[in-house]
Amino acid sequence: MQSGRGRPRPRARFLAHRGARVGVALVAAVVLFALVGPMLASHSPLASDFVRGIGDDQMPVGPSRHFLLGADRLFRDELARLAEGARLSLFIALSSTAVATTVGGVVGVLSGYYAGTWVDALLMRIVDVGLAFPFLLLVLAIGAALDETSAWTILAVLGLTGWLGTARVVRAKTMQVKALDFVAASRALGQSTWAILLRHIVPNVAGPLLVLATMSVAQMIVAESVLSYLGVGIAPPTPTWGHMLFEGQDYYASAPWLLLAPGTAIVVAVLGFNLVGEGLRDALDPRAL
Amino acid sequence: MTSSLEDDSAPIDVSELAGDEPQKRRTLVATDRLAKYFPVEAGLFSRTTNFVRAVDGVSIKVRRGETLGLVGESGCGKSTLGRLILRLVEPSYGRVVYDGRDILHLSQSQMRPLRRRMQVIFQDPYSSLNPRMTVREIVGEAIRIHKLAPTRRDEEAMVVDLLRKVGLRAEARDLYPHEFSGGQRQRIGIARALAVQPEFIVCDEPISALDVSIQAQIVNLLQDLQEQLGLSYLFISHDLKVVEHVSHRVAVMYLGKIVEQAASRALYEHARHPYTRALFAAMPVADPGRRKLRVLLEGDVPSPINPPTGCAFHPRCPRIVKGKCDVDTPTLDEVLGASGHKVACFNPHPHDQDGPS
Repeated sequence: MQSGRGRPRPRARFLAHRGARVGVALVAAVVLFALVGPMLASHSPLASDFVRGIGDDQMPVGPSRHFLLGADRLFRDELARLAEGARLSLFIALSSTAVATTVGGVVGVLSGYYAGTWVDALLMRIVDVGLAFPFLLLVLAIGAALDETSAWTILAVLGLTGWLGTARVVRAKTMQVKALDFVAASRALGQSTWAILLRHIVPNVAGPLLVLATMSVAQMIVAESVLSYLGVGIAPPTPTWGHMLFEGQDYYASAPWLLLAPGTAIVVAVLGFNLVGEGLRDALDPRAL
Repeated sequence: MTSSLEDDSAPIDVSELAGDEPQKRRTLVATDRLAKYFPVEAGLFSRTTNFVRAVDGVSIKVRRGETLGLVGESGCGKSTLGRLILRLVEPSYGRVVYDGRDILHLSQSQMRPLRRRMQVIFQDPYSSLNPRMTVREIVGEAIRIHKLAPTRRDEEAMVVDLLRKVGLRAEARDLYPHEFSGGQRQRIGIARALAVQPEFIVCDEPISALDVSIQAQIVNLLQDLQEQLGLSYLFISHDLKVVEHVSHRVAVMYLGKIVEQAASRALYEHARHPYTRALFAAMPVADPGRRKLRVLLEGDVPSPINPPTGCAFHPRCPRIVKGKCDVDTPTLDEVLGASGHKVACFNPHPHDQDGPS
């Protein structure tokens, strides 16, 4: 009852972590922007304003009173589109992470606990095949099969590919925990396999899983942007950060805000979630186990 | 795999294992030619290329209320033997007879009542407690599995009582393992084992990971509990001094086999096997004036994957008989009639010679 008393608990360590605090601030900013951004905008994200959106040189206007972040090449409000894109990005990233974390967690824990058996062999071969399959090809194939890619298609593709890596990491962690004596002690007491999984294994792999999930949100934001940029994401005119980046690249000299706005948004969101993930990892300290 | 095993069809008489030596205490746990061969896998498609013979045909008995010490170098299979008896590891071969009953054929649900009777204390007090559970949950888990407490209040009272029994205060129940020292953690592990009121406990190096100052406390606690509760122990350790102190009888293990077994006193005074003598010779003696018989072992412990032919100890043995020890495998036979002193050696030290200590 004496040793370890001085070490702060994970929550305190997380709050004291400078990177984590910056990360939380960035994530909060993105979330806030997604919530209130549309209220700041003067137009709907899909409406072209051919009166105030066109500048003297027939080009889209820059940041101004009516268009806080300027207008895009179709004279739509860049701010409204960016906010709408933030909602979409966060929705897809969080939902697909939830899918990936749940599936990856369940597969990883089962595979790790039954390591060396046919259950493990089957699950890990599925993971191998999944990881070997080209990601973009899969999206294209699904998109072609469904005729049109919606947010749900992207969500499904990201969720169903994202769990593969999670499963591998969770499997390794599960094998490590399973080998510890408290699991043997529980078996020696006659505890059932399900109870061992739920009471002993899962609580001890939950920390790494939480870190993975946070980092995964950042990866999902990038992945969704890449798909949209390449034109295989959500179909226009729905605004997404990736597609806005694609549209803006031709105007980098004349209307740089069209590149800077979505580019900054992606960087801030990804950086935010990654910093939070790193903060969690340091706070949960694997040596604590 | 079975091709490498001989003679596993011969049935053994279970009643004989349980009931012999009626004049002494009854046998509680017995193993009969127990073996565990771990497959060694190699290559792309995990072909089993060989086996690690961790435990190789061990027959031991633990009587009621008795402590059987099990000593040997690390890697000799002592811990595996303990786990085989508890069925935490499934044996490849042999039998485990618990209170007259062969337990290796029992299903998980049939094993459950037996799990109340046999328990384990582990070496590492850090990995043996779930860091995400409070002491109340750790000790209470055992009570709940076997439904030993009708109400939450009864469970609470049992946990407090168990903690008191192992020398911890009642307030300890709300704390997490990381808030305790190594010795205190080991006490929690003992409380967990005691929660189901077992009669037999495998103590798997229970003090090896503790500070020397704490070791004596835990040993005394285990001995007190044995006295109060009539426990039987299989006490696994590489510390000869401690084993001598706690054990009624001692078995010496080398490379998966028992090489010598005797009453604690007899073994320490009249060790017959050259390996046992070498172990004693390596033991530090707190008496500078004492003449010490030095028996230095040469070489390393051979790999249990390809154990030497004949007696596994022959490449390091100072008393090797060429043409015999490297060809034939000695069996564990009684020396001096029915003394209970058994040795597996073709050329043991004679009895009249003074023991090493």
